[in-house]
Amino acid sequence: MPEREITFAQAVREALAEEMRRDARVCIIGEDVAEAGTPFKVLSGLVEEFGAQRVVDTPISEAGFTGVAVGAAMTGLRPVVDIMFGDFITLTMDQMANQAAKAHYMSGGHWKVPMVMRTTLGATRRSAAQHSQSLHAWFSHVPGLKVVLPSTPYDAKGLLKAAIRDENPVVFFEDKMMYKLKGPVPEDDYTIPLGVADVKRAGDDITLVATSSMVQVALGAAILLEKEGISAEVVDPRTTWPLDEKTLIDSAKKTSRVIVLDEGYGRYGVTAELAAVIAEGAFYDLDAPVRRMGAMHVPIPFSPPLEDATVPTEQTVFDAARRMCKAA
Amino acid sequence: MTTTTSKPEVGHGTAAEKEKWLRAYRQMVSIRLFEEQVNEVYTRALMPGLAHLYSGEEAVAVGICEALRIDDYITSTHRGHGHCLAKGASPDRMFAELLGKEAGYCRGKGGSMHIADPATGNLGANAIVGGSVGIATGAAFAAKNLGTDRVAICFFGEGALGQGSLYEVMNLAQLWKLPVIYVCENNLYNEYTRYQETTAGTILGRATAFGIEAMSVDGQDVRAVNEVAARLVNRARAGVGPAFLQCDTYRYSGHHVGDINREYYRSKQEEQLWKTDRDPILVLAKWLIELSYADAASLDRITAEVRATMESAVKFAIAAPYPNVDEVEKHVYA
Repeated sequence: MPEREITFAQAVREALAEEMRRDARVCIIGEDVAEAGTPFKVLSGLVEEFGAQRVVDTPISEAGFTGVAVGAAMTGLRPVVDIMFGDFITLTMDQMANQAAKAHYMSGGHWKVPMVMRTTLGATRRSAAQHSQSLHAWFSHVPGLKVVLPSTPYDAKGLLKAAIRDENPVVFFEDKMMYKLKGPVPEDDYTIPLGVADVKRAGDDITLVATSSMVQVALGAAILLEKEGISAEVVDPRTTWPLDEKTLIDSAKKTSRVIVLDEGYGRYGVTAELAAVIAEGAFYDLDAPVRRMGAMHVPIPFSPPLEDATVPTEQTVFDAARRMCKAA
Repeated sequence: MTTTTSKPEVGHGTAAEKEKWLRAYRQMVSIRLFEEQVNEVYTRALMPGLAHLYSGEEAVAVGICEALRIDDYITSTHRGHGHCLAKGASPDRMFAELLGKEAGYCRGKGGSMHIADPATGNLGANAIVGGSVGIATGAAFAAKNLGTDRVAICFFGEGALGQGSLYEVMNLAQLWKLPVIYVCENNLYNEYTRYQETTAGTILGRATAFGIEAMSVDGQDVRAVNEVAARLVNRARAGVGPAFLQCDTYRYSGHHVGDINREYYRSKQEEQLWKTDRDPILVLAKWLIELSYADAASLDRITAEVRATMESAVKFAIAAPYPNVDEVEKHVYA
């Protein structure tokens, strides 16, 4: 029997529903999460099953309700906060970076903050500069937080269930352009441990390390490269912290060429960190400097041709990988 | 804690009342003498970092915490020693924390501004002004959702009135009828600035705008604070909803121990007036003596006992070992 296929959004919803059935302490807090089910309809149906006490609509007060989730997590609930657009995490920064991330450490291990923040990333939705950013590097920078970047429906379900069961604050970034992406997802209960990378495609000539939205781009580029006789390996770290450094370095050693792809801003971003980890770990096995490809260092523009120019595409990744391999 | 006097009861109240106010007296003296020791230890350069003293504001912490159960929650501030002690923290582990020792409440990793203690419901002192308003409101949210009847107290100074997140969570608390009480300690100064220069409108108006029950009280009168706190706590416990309590008080010291020359923002005469006319410990002592709940000698005995406790707590902390350096990476993640 063929494996069941559902969308990325359905996988997220299924993970939440399963965890809420399993554990009465899990609740959802955010703007328009109940009857509206969020603008992306990711949460549709949950309030009907679990009621308004566990699927809690809030005012438009990101700092306020994120702070409430931090306190609630410390005192017995396991809240999953919904931040509608990743750009709005700026409003929650003190609650996440100074409160949630530090409560366990500052208290000498006495208090814990088992909460999840779900939010979005990704451009090319024509939403302009304040609804299109991929700001996961900001949270990856802060000790005490974990940061998850699922790239398939299968990973979304397993990683979200692991995030909800984690005893730490976890930020879960969903690519909003991927919500309709379909893929095989088992109906049973499974989790994917945080901090384990996944080789999405095996190859020998070049490694494409890609996160979230960029995994599909890398897989597309790999198909183009194959036609040129270039075998690309696609490695998805799945979490920026904890980071599975070994899988990245092993792949780099095997192929000797690496391009790191991430939709966040390139400067001081995730690509910089991953490239440094690979350079430090595989320097003597590399045939070329690690190449970084991320969002351009500009506010995301509205006009479609301008916006499309800001993020890596299958074609630009193909071109860069081909040049790197042919130069050898 | 029992009283040390064995005189037969006199005055108008019951034995329980007498015991309660002598306990409150002892708690206030504990905070005062704890802070005296902090000042001493700090100026002898034995304490790293910063020290923000609570002296002068003791009636607020004690009046509120005497209305709480051990399993009720508090969140505290950078000026938080008084809140932690009033909620039941022990001075030796507090001093150990202030000196960065492993025996401290946070294994030395939090310090003066971050004392936290689950055993006494202390969710933590917070060094971001207004930083704990969400946490306290969240604890109330959890209490309500889990069906307990715990209450959360959110202590903050009037400086936190400048933070927008306070208004976000007060709105949520009133919408959801959460058992949280916002206790605004108005000590008149946002660090080095008179609060009138930073605060438009009225303080209570900020809470009444949300329909939150709001009132002010003389924060130098522990009996007045306790009376109103007990009413608001019972109300919150019964599920009626949040409240806002403005406690008018005064910070005897500077913003921190090193803030010595303060005349550019307040006069020595003003400081002296608060200390002689409105000192919370003197105010309660006068009342205790008037009612014959105590006499000067028995109050002196309490002070001497507390002083001995504080001195031995400091000795304990100074002698206690620092954490091993391998502790540095522990507790980043649970």
